[in-house]
Amino acid sequence: MERARMLRITRRFFEERDVLEVQMPVLGRHAVTDPAIECIRTEDGRFLQPSPEYHMKRLLAAGGPSIFSIGPVFRADEAGRWHNTEFTMLEWYHLGFDADDLMRELAALTDALLGPSDYERRTFASLTALDIDDATTDELDLAIAVAVARLRDKRVFVTRYPARQAALARISNGVADRFELVIDGIEVANGYHELTDVEELARRLTADNLARCERDRSVPDIDRAFLAAHARGLPDCAGVAVGFDRLVALKIGARAVADVMPFPDGRA
Amino acid sequence: MAIYATNEFRAGLKVLLEADPCSIIENEFVKPGKGQAFNRVKFRNLKTGRVWERTFKSGETIEAADVMEAEMEYLYTDGQFWHFMKTDGSYEQVEAGDAAVAQARDWLKEQDTFTVTLWNGDPISVTPPNFVDLEVAETDPGLRGDTAQGATKPATLSTGATVKVPLFVNIGDVLRIDTRTGEYVSRVKS
Repeated sequence: MERARMLRITRRFFEERDVLEVQMPVLGRHAVTDPAIECIRTEDGRFLQPSPEYHMKRLLAAGGPSIFSIGPVFRADEAGRWHNTEFTMLEWYHLGFDADDLMRELAALTDALLGPSDYERRTFASLTALDIDDATTDELDLAIAVAVARLRDKRVFVTRYPARQAALARISNGVADRFELVIDGIEVANGYHELTDVEELARRLTADNLARCERDRSVPDIDRAFLAAHARGLPDCAGVAVGFDRLVALKIGARAVADVMPFPDGRA
Repeated sequence: MAIYATNEFRAGLKVLLEADPCSIIENEFVKPGKGQAFNRVKFRNLKTGRVWERTFKSGETIEAADVMEAEMEYLYTDGQFWHFMKTDGSYEQVEAGDAAVAQARDWLKEQDTFTVTLWNGDPISVTPPNFVDLEVAETDPGLRGDTAQGATKPATLSTGATVKVPLFVNIGDVLRIDTRTGEYVSRVKS
């Protein structure tokens, strides 16, 4: 099966680059503050993890080497052609890398998995006619999402995100060091030159929660252990999360992630 | 007036878009990893048949259109309107204009049953059944001895429609026509 073959290629790819595989918890005490992500809460008050990011960064701060993880993640209320509540996330952090280094590494892995191709680079600003300073975050989100869906039949890195859409990327010269990989109009990966400044991180998590309040979303407690890891010191690194099921679907030309999952939502 | 939110969107839903009644063909949920969810929706404009694509932020709403479909018998035309009668026993009649019958015009035979789409009670489109049986009003006599496979000639049917038919078809024959393609299917024994 294609998925098994692609998993083997991925593991070999990272072995050759001395990136260590780690297995991160599926169940955690904390939900993320990201204003656009809703976690699934379990009966004992814990959360199915929407990404291994927090735990992986704690490992890195504890002195770990470059690491990768392939595992299930969960997001509430996300169901559709390219969405499944539970999906497989490939995420890795490469020490000493910046966003450019990581884009090259992601392109190399994508070539290994899907076959070689060219990669275009488009800045966020070049994809929208909106004035980035004047438009609301919602307007920008929508405009970019629509523009990205039109990037058919090619592989495109979208770069230079507006500062307020930095998520956990560092900001340099007023622009977020964040990128996304879009293949055939489908968002496949999201990466950052990682923010390491603990005070800036605390500000962003608080701002996230304010935005969640405004949207009437649940407001999670801020993960102290995650903050503490940054206080101890997150090493300079770049990290990226890849929707693995989408890659498998693109590889076999499927038109929905459900086509590459034996038990998608509704059948699992 | 009823409204629908994006999470209620599904294929077949009848809604008002730019004041025209539309039917949702396809509704796709899209959510950027770090952004707001939205729905990309394809609509068919029920008056023109045109397909529109629109994007909605999740949670946005759209007005419902009072659109229903009814099986109706075609009665007659007075030259300006085409008159239909409900087959549900109510004998209720409606008159459909030019635009509404455009798609069905070639196949309108009296006493046949059609699907009429009504918006606020007024007919906006008439859909013929997939197959109709119609009598040949006029065609050239078939040339005896010409047995070439697939050879055809034009025939004019009782409704005025012209279709290509095999050479053996004669005036007065009843033919089954596929209304989706406008093609001859078979001769109907009567």
